[in-house]
Amino acid sequence: MPNKTFFWFFLPTGLAMILFIGLPIISTGIQSFYAQHDQVVKEVKKCDPFGCTVSIVVDNEETSKIREAKPLGKFNGFGTYTDRNHLAVEEIKKFWDETENFGAFVDQVTNLPFYKALIFTLTYCLFVTPNVLLLGFVIALSLNAVARKIRGPLIFGTILPMIVTPLVGSLVLFWMIDSQGIIGANIQNLMNDPYLSLKSSKTLTWITIIIYGIWHHSPFAFVVFYAALQTVPQEPIEAAIIDGASRFQRIKHIVLPHIYPVVTFVALISLMDNFRVFEPIIGFSAEGSAQSLSWLIYDNLVNEEVILFGSAAATSMMTIIGIAILLAPVLIRTWKEFKTAR
Amino acid sequence: MRKILVTLLFLLFGTSAFADCNIKSGSINILANDFPALRTFVETSKQCKGSADFKVTHSSEHNKIAVPALTANPSEFSARIAANSSIVPLMNQDLIRPLDDLVKKYGKGIQDSQLITIDGKVMAVAFMANTQHLYYREDVLKDLGIAIPKTYEEVVAASEKIRASGKMQYPYAAAYKAGWNLAEEFVNMFIGHGGEFFKSGSAQPNINNAKGVATLNMLKKLSELSNPDYLTHDSEAIKVEWESGNVALMTLWASRSGTLLDDEGDAKITAATKLTGPATVGGGSIPAATLWWDGFTLAKNRSDADAEATFRALAHAASNKKMVADAADQAVWLVEGFVPGPKSIGVIEAVKMGAKPYPMLPQMGLMHGALGSEIVEFLQGKESAEQALKDVEAAYISKAKEQGFL
Repeated sequence: MPNKTFFWFFLPTGLAMILFIGLPIISTGIQSFYAQHDQVVKEVKKCDPFGCTVSIVVDNEETSKIREAKPLGKFNGFGTYTDRNHLAVEEIKKFWDETENFGAFVDQVTNLPFYKALIFTLTYCLFVTPNVLLLGFVIALSLNAVARKIRGPLIFGTILPMIVTPLVGSLVLFWMIDSQGIIGANIQNLMNDPYLSLKSSKTLTWITIIIYGIWHHSPFAFVVFYAALQTVPQEPIEAAIIDGASRFQRIKHIVLPHIYPVVTFVALISLMDNFRVFEPIIGFSAEGSAQSLSWLIYDNLVNEEVILFGSAAATSMMTIIGIAILLAPVLIRTWKEFKTAR
Repeated sequence: MRKILVTLLFLLFGTSAFADCNIKSGSINILANDFPALRTFVETSKQCKGSADFKVTHSSEHNKIAVPALTANPSEFSARIAANSSIVPLMNQDLIRPLDDLVKKYGKGIQDSQLITIDGKVMAVAFMANTQHLYYREDVLKDLGIAIPKTYEEVVAASEKIRASGKMQYPYAAAYKAGWNLAEEFVNMFIGHGGEFFKSGSAQPNINNAKGVATLNMLKKLSELSNPDYLTHDSEAIKVEWESGNVALMTLWASRSGTLLDDEGDAKITAATKLTGPATVGGGSIPAATLWWDGFTLAKNRSDADAEATFRALAHAASNKKMVADAADQAVWLVEGFVPGPKSIGVIEAVKMGAKPYPMLPQMGLMHGALGSEIVEFLQGKESAEQALKDVEAAYISKAKEQGFL
């Protein structure tokens, strides 16, 4: 396609992307550098059905004057990014100076909300992404081998986890692992420990969410791989069979190299999706044991009665940067291959 | 104190003027939490809508919608049913309007004790009171010869006895779901220990002390007597536990007693379900509970005509003797004409014992939020009480700085 045609072809999409993705990100970025103005409070008498007390309220007249003058808030620079609820620069320095060994230091750092969430998010990515690729590939290979007649229903069944709304899917599992649910009660019986609860143990909650993640995301990998498998040429495979190559050797030396670009694509998308893990935490009510970066943003925006726009914006920006860093190796590699191919 | 008792306990004689229901225009749109008493209240106000447009959103996620919806101009809702805690963000952002003129004009049946005044201005009209108190299974306690617990220490002892008897594995329940619910339990217990959340006259936190540690230790003891999934249990979940007969002692909202004592479910359990006042803790005299009111507020960013129509409809319900008589077991109504029944015992006892209202401070929401996430690891046994309280204070300070309170 000539560059000019491509430009006109891409223009509507590009404009929509700038309008609905680019500008909001810029706005979020700007917001993250601002904090609320200093609150002007005053002492007043408050009366309710239980009696009167003298207590403080926000002085709205004064506050609205300040707000009108500077609607964005107080410029805070990287203040929100470096505070204790985010990168916690000062706290980490303090821990480094105060703790005696590295283990204690790590303990202290992982107790900070941002790092706690980051560790869960990365663990989730690290376990779910490769397993999704592997499982998706194995399912695609097996389905590709079964008789054509039963393939349709089988494919439908396989992509079911992807069709089910994430929240509903996680809720179903949530009830099953309840200490009185079918899985939870059976595990208690099996382990002979009536106090065992999948939901109260941090490790078990993590494992549950990761297994759920694999279950939910595998169909996507499967669908893409299955489509790619249809394009594998038959001649080299037949030649390999004649040469006496085993099934494993054929997959390793012919099928995998052929669908390699698709593997990269699925890996990219999965990484991006998994880094933004959110629904299972809500579905499993796992806020206590597992927090992800996306959950932190949600928490800042809705869980408090006071909305923390600055905090939420800062975490959003760091999530975007996090995804960029994670994807960088894959993107650089693709770019290099693209160059050499030309 | 006396005044409250008088309003709660006695039928006052007064003008029986009902709100005038001849509403000709305007549109009414109400945002409210979702429990039976509020549904009754809103339904009652609907009877009075006249030719006005009437819409209502009942949602347990009301807190998440309220501020954004009322910030819009014109605001999505003309009224928001709020409580002690949820009125604060509305006040902080200046999103609700003073009601003095409307009360004067249309609020004939509303009693003075129902008015929430801040700095001399009426900002809300309360219509029901709520608190968390103890529920117990009479049959289980009787079988084991346990007296009705009056303190949380007795609750622990009783629960241990029930567990030892083999009757129930997890005899105690309370809404310990990580987040708002868990923080609310901390607030109750901390107040029961005589704690103050902030250093006097400032927004500096004041929970990392002996009272805070005692509070956490008591929460932990109780959690060990609860279903191991306690960190995922909200009020609804423990209600279900209770109705399945798995629990013999429970701390739950008074407003939920109606659903526990209704005809649905196992009749034997319902018959044995009894209510008592909130427990005290650590030898304190005031109960480890907070008093709450539910009342209506009107959005500022909405036309005066809508505000007037909304006020008239809601005032009709907030002064409706028939409603409080018909729905006497749904809530402890603050409305004139309410005769408290057996389901109101919890709240009335709490008031008698001198329970404190939930602190209505502009920065309290941030403290509540910090508590909800930072004390979890202590309950899981992953960190010490002191460390957990230190974390709460640090998390709160960062948030309060961002919000300009410190």
